[in-house]
Amino acid sequence: MVAMGGPQFTFLLRGLGWTLGLSVMAFVLGIVSGLAVALARTSGWRPLARLAAGYIAVFQGTPLLMQLFVVYYGLALAGLALEAWQAVAIGFTLYASAFLGEIWRGSIDAIPRGQTDAARALGLHYVPRMKDVILPQALRISLPATVGFLVQLLKGTSLAAIVGFTELTRAGSIIANQIFEPLLVFGIVGGLYFAVCWPLSLYGARLERRLAVASR
Amino acid sequence: MGYHFDFTPVILGFPDLLRGCAGTLGLAAGGMVIAIAIGICGVILRRSRVALLRWPVIAFIELIRNTPFLVQIYFIFFALPFIGMRLNPTFTALIALGINGGAYAIEIIRGGVDSIHKGQVDAGLALGLRRVQVFWLVVLIPALRAVYPSLTSQFILLTLTTSIASAISAYELTAVAGVIESNSFRSFEVYGTVTVLYLAMSSLLMVLFRRIAARHLAYPTK
Repeated sequence: MVAMGGPQFTFLLRGLGWTLGLSVMAFVLGIVSGLAVALARTSGWRPLARLAAGYIAVFQGTPLLMQLFVVYYGLALAGLALEAWQAVAIGFTLYASAFLGEIWRGSIDAIPRGQTDAARALGLHYVPRMKDVILPQALRISLPATVGFLVQLLKGTSLAAIVGFTELTRAGSIIANQIFEPLLVFGIVGGLYFAVCWPLSLYGARLERRLAVASR
Repeated sequence: MGYHFDFTPVILGFPDLLRGCAGTLGLAAGGMVIAIAIGICGVILRRSRVALLRWPVIAFIELIRNTPFLVQIYFIFFALPFIGMRLNPTFTALIALGINGGAYAIEIIRGGVDSIHKGQVDAGLALGLRRVQVFWLVVLIPALRAVYPSLTSQFILLTLTTSIASAISAYELTAVAGVIESNSFRSFEVYGTVTVLYLAMSSLLMVLFRRIAARHLAYPTK
């Protein structure tokens, strides 16, 4: 009979490392692809905007777990022999791109129309108009929601455990089966998630308050 | 690429999948009822002048909102027998969903209660209503109306969250799909179909809630 000790805790911490790595990877890749989704959604070109809206609606209207399953098995069908972490990372990236795309769509739409008109009047084309006028302002508005989504993503990576990838939650299940103390182990696992997510949530709330004061 | 799609297991299992959908909606609805009950009680405690009543609610909200539902449901799954409650997985999932949704419901309803003007309460008291009546009729019901859109989107989120309850093999759509998948190995076909079913459910719920709002909540206050 083994008890909760140093090796067990180290195993959990290694799981936490995978959770963080997976979250950061999906977040960074999601920022790039989410920006593309947001720009497509606000492009004003009907077919493209519709396509982006449909993409967002599908990801927001289905469970993350199903998205992971479909991507996981879909990639295998497509003949791509990927390792579990790669398939899962692609799944989370697609999920992140849809949610970040919708957050930034909202922020871009929140920028007064006059900004676009003024930029046009100054002769700025699409790229400089977006890069130098619209997006910097939109980014500031979107920051609290973006940080909030990062917390959602961090929690979401726990579903990789169901697909069989050993991140923090699955590491917890393994240890719990080993030492027969599920309450203790899942308490610690929950505590580790909390230790990462709570500061982020507080930071997001602070950003939101600051933004509310600034826009008063 | 020699893969042949075969939807036969999906078609044969379709009645089961539909029953799974009913299980999912039942879990979500039951969870939401518990969540709203927790939400109302939580708001009362959260707004109390006694700090000892206030801070456990804040701790509960922060704890639930900053840990994954999967960890919560595992914890509750193992914790319930520990306190002498032996429930089947579906009831366990119901409780977990209620607790999880409850933390979000407290914050949503609190937003609504905060939006009720203080003068309304004074007016209610001046009219001779008892404090309970003022809370129920003047504060809570208008507050719930005000946050109706947030509560309904929370309900849709809860519906999608039920898929995680398959991890403890509660009876809902994802678990039913898991059975069909493990009997047929048609993983992509099964989960692809189930994803479409979830999308259909969340879209229908969205339309339904919007209809209800348009019909019954269109005017400002009763």
